[in-house]
Amino acid sequence: MRLRQALLGAAALAVAAGAPAAPVLADLYVPLLTYRTGAYAGSGIPIADGMHDYLAMLNERDGGIGGVRIAIEECETGYDAQKGVECYESTKGKGALVYNPYSTGITLQLIPKASVDKIPVLSMAYGLSAAAEGETFPWIFNPPDTYWDGASAIIRYIADQEGGLDALKGKKIGYIYLDAGYGREPIPLLEQLAQNYGYELVQYPVPGNQMQNQSSQWLNVRRDRPDYMVMWGWGAMNPTAVKEAAKIRFPMEKFIGVWWAGGDDDARPAGEGAKGYKTLNFHGVGADYGAIQDILEHVVKKGQSKVASPDKVGENLYNRGVMNSVFIAEAIRTAQELTGKKEVDAVDVRRGFENLNITEARLKEIGLEGFMKPLEITCEDHSGHNPVYVQQWNGQRWEPASEWFEPMTDVVRPLLEQAARDYVQANQPWPERAEPCG
Amino acid sequence: MLYRETGQFRTSYAADQAIFPLRQDRIGLAAIALVAALAVPLLADDFFINTIMIPFLIFALASIGLNLLTGYAGLLSLGTGAFMGVGAYACYKLTTFFPEVNVLLLILLSGFFSAGIGFVFGLPSLRIKGFYLAVATLAAQFFLDWCFNRIGWLYNYNASGAIEVPTREAFGIVLTGPTATPLARYMAVLALVVLMTWLASNLVRGRIGRSWMMVRDMDIAAELMGIRLLRTKLLAFAVSSFYCGVAGAMMVFLWLGAAEASSFGINVSFQVLFMVIIGGLGSLLGSFMGAAFIWILPIVIRAVPATLGLDIGAATVEHVSFMLVGGLIIFILIAEPHGFARLWQVAKQKMRTWPFPY
Amino acid sequence: MGEILYLILIDPFVQMAELPDFFLQVLWEGFVSGILYALIALGFVLIFKASGVFNFAQGIMVVFAALSLVGLYEAGVPAFLALALCVLIMLGLALGVERLVLRPLVNQPDIILFMATIGLTYFLIGLGEFIFGGEPKVMITEELLLPTGSYAWEVMGGLVIFQQIDIAAAVIAVVLMTALGLFFQNTRIGRALRAVADDHQAALSVGISLNQIWAIVWFAAGIVALATGIMWGARSDVSFALQIVALKALPVLVLGGLTSVPGAIVGGLIIGVGEKIGEIYWGSMIGGGIEGWLAYFIALAFLLVRPQGLFGERIIERV
Repeated sequence: MRLRQALLGAAALAVAAGAPAAPVLADLYVPLLTYRTGAYAGSGIPIADGMHDYLAMLNERDGGIGGVRIAIEECETGYDAQKGVECYESTKGKGALVYNPYSTGITLQLIPKASVDKIPVLSMAYGLSAAAEGETFPWIFNPPDTYWDGASAIIRYIADQEGGLDALKGKKIGYIYLDAGYGREPIPLLEQLAQNYGYELVQYPVPGNQMQNQSSQWLNVRRDRPDYMVMWGWGAMNPTAVKEAAKIRFPMEKFIGVWWAGGDDDARPAGEGAKGYKTLNFHGVGADYGAIQDILEHVVKKGQSKVASPDKVGENLYNRGVMNSVFIAEAIRTAQELTGKKEVDAVDVRRGFENLNITEARLKEIGLEGFMKPLEITCEDHSGHNPVYVQQWNGQRWEPASEWFEPMTDVVRPLLEQAARDYVQANQPWPERAEPCG
Repeated sequence: MLYRETGQFRTSYAADQAIFPLRQDRIGLAAIALVAALAVPLLADDFFINTIMIPFLIFALASIGLNLLTGYAGLLSLGTGAFMGVGAYACYKLTTFFPEVNVLLLILLSGFFSAGIGFVFGLPSLRIKGFYLAVATLAAQFFLDWCFNRIGWLYNYNASGAIEVPTREAFGIVLTGPTATPLARYMAVLALVVLMTWLASNLVRGRIGRSWMMVRDMDIAAELMGIRLLRTKLLAFAVSSFYCGVAGAMMVFLWLGAAEASSFGINVSFQVLFMVIIGGLGSLLGSFMGAAFIWILPIVIRAVPATLGLDIGAATVEHVSFMLVGGLIIFILIAEPHGFARLWQVAKQKMRTWPFPY
Repeated sequence: MGEILYLILIDPFVQMAELPDFFLQVLWEGFVSGILYALIALGFVLIFKASGVFNFAQGIMVVFAALSLVGLYEAGVPAFLALALCVLIMLGLALGVERLVLRPLVNQPDIILFMATIGLTYFLIGLGEFIFGGEPKVMITEELLLPTGSYAWEVMGGLVIFQQIDIAAAVIAVVLMTALGLFFQNTRIGRALRAVADDHQAALSVGISLNQIWAIVWFAAGIVALATGIMWGARSDVSFALQIVALKALPVLVLGGLTSVPGAIVGGLIIGVGEKIGEIYWGSMIGGGIEGWLAYFIALAFLLVRPQGLFGERIIERV
């Protein structure tokens, strides 16, 4: 008898769960596809916290954007493409304004869907590089830089260290990467630049199931003796790579990671050995910004944040999450200005992104002066190809190690255009851009 | 009373060998068919079709594939995910070469590539048994995973290494790609799954299926009775991989729309194995029930807090979901090690004698 | 064609001879990872021997043990007290598994028990993340008085670097294996365990408690998992991705034979050294990253010759 009651209860629960929750139409609904579980949680958690806390802070401090509250919903993807698609399907019906997949794999699945479902995708400095071509991908945005910008910036930085692009000739540059869509994305550009400047590119793929067992890759590095190492790592791969590099006594100041390989928890476990490790970045680190102080005051102090401790606020990847939410918020605000409506929909937000113009003055207004370089997105250019800088781990925290400098946009742009054409060619019939500019 | 067989006489051999000799079963099946083919398309929303029905049917087909191998032929395999991947990549290449051909045909054809690979990795099964064989199939899993990653030709040298499904049609209806409606994809999946389930049910009742079961129960005895072990085991691997391959091709073409190597990782293998075990080894009906349970349970668990209005973080829900799924699996294995299929048998017996059980 | 044959058959050996110090380093790295694989495999073997359960959860037990250790330390418990508490946690886990999973499932087919341990894996993943969070944690190497530096040994015109933690891992592994070996060889419980491994029913009929033995082997496997967790954690860090590395123990296991402790050790060393040499000297020919599957092919090659593994008990089937 008890079993039957339990079964009935379970059935009732299942029926109740199956009924879709009522859409919250009055709010600006922003689903956040995050991952706080699984092998990539180490990188995913600070980003999820940063994204959530900035939007929550806007709710607390300003009552939302333009007076309309933001409904924030996190959906756990575990960096898994299947779960990511499930999250997408389960949230898109509730009036989602924009998606941030935080996984190159999930982004690739959402790209074709975006134009059909008419919901923009913000893949901030990840995903498909070619998506910067606004004419081909009107619904996808990848500001402030694409992976190809990042790869070209690293090469430019190395050239500066060596005394000019000509000095690259005959140099050996090692590329260690997560063997997935994410890590493979920059290879065409690195190969192109190798042709242009005459350096030798040596590749060290790290399979996803070997992330914490990289001694073979680093033994190979030791044998090949590259002059520089470039890394495209994520999750548990990063701290392991930094440790292994220290172990084979690779000169850390010649080991440069992309912006995603720059979590504080990526460098810290290697202790003293990590000192000197460098990564790219396109935003400031630390809590000394007005907006981030506001987060501490309005969100963290009130216990509405999930951060483990307040000193996690201001860490590199946390600030990355904040920047992501700044883009969302500013796009919504721009959409509100353009349409004159308060409660914008996803189509308006796409327009908002396309007309996004974050100026110095605006940065000052939102309390992020000096946090990032001004960003302008146009109909043709969905990335901005913004300047970046190199930061260095000093054993405790990240410190800037260079001035802001431009990626090689002149090299990247033609390749992007070609890649966009290839994508369209491979995915016929690809819809022509129907959205008017402006 | 509810499930009474009395009075239903079989008067010919054909009637005796029918898949559903009982009227009640035929009525039940017709009802399920009506619901699947009419009620679901008419009543369900896109979320239900996309997130529940399509994956459920696809995983059910993969479970049938693994069940043929593990449940009927007694060969444990942990490489299901990779065999599904072979189907998906084969279908992708086929549709690259023959864009005009009916995509459903290509999905079925891609199963043959998977069958070929399954055949090769089935070769050690003649010498290696039990868990030793299971670990040997992991070689297939990891090797094929590596191939999907490293052989650029498989994904047309796409920089991101993913396969993206182009828009393809069959019978004048767009079935794959972003513009395909969930309904069209659902009907295609349903048709293929029904067709292949029907084939499988005839296969396991026939000479081949019976020889598999002989091998499962004791291969030496089967050999002594004239079953050719190598042929039988390899056929089991090939047919099983065929089913998994078709399921994999459907997974990418009719459900996900894009995939990378990691979509066919070891987790998928375990997921399908769970479906088979929980559903019941050696039961096609069990494969469906297992797939439904393993696929839908986490979705329901994830939806519960939101429905009840509880504010629990997405991560916590995920943790609890892991614990619940793990705990429930152990619980079901303890309560009924033969899976849902056995529960269904018991239920039928109860209905047969209701309301006067003896 | 000749060139390809040269690349496969001769060139790798030329490389080995040209850089002998590097070859030594490769051997050492292979040896260390082999030891760690062997430790994980040892946990599997203990349980399989005594109860016939193919314990898939051994990998997550490694993670769970290491997480508990670091989690307790971060909660303010002194390092060695945390270590002791961890041992207690593993004891509790062993008792719980025996009572709630193994006992109700007694006499079920192998595959059902195997599935139950996968269910246990899911449960422990959820529980571990629920309690300790998903962030990767830094192993408390120094607090446990484990050495962290490295020795450089100049030899054959080059340099071989030995990490002290790797040496410590090798020493601890050897001590642990010897201790377990002596325990099972010379104590009453050890003899009972071997009796159970030989024949469940016969053991029961002479008055050995199966349940007690099971709890003991799961506890022993838990201790091995804790040691493994500390060592792997010190090499990279403590996160759930470690669980995937633990899958590497499976080829080690079948190579050595599912029931043999020396098999686990020898298998571990063969796989560890074999896959490193394969990856470094042959892997780059076909694009690298072959470590993920090479171990399985090595195991498969051995299995084709000896289907029961190197040290496994001969499988005799009767009609």
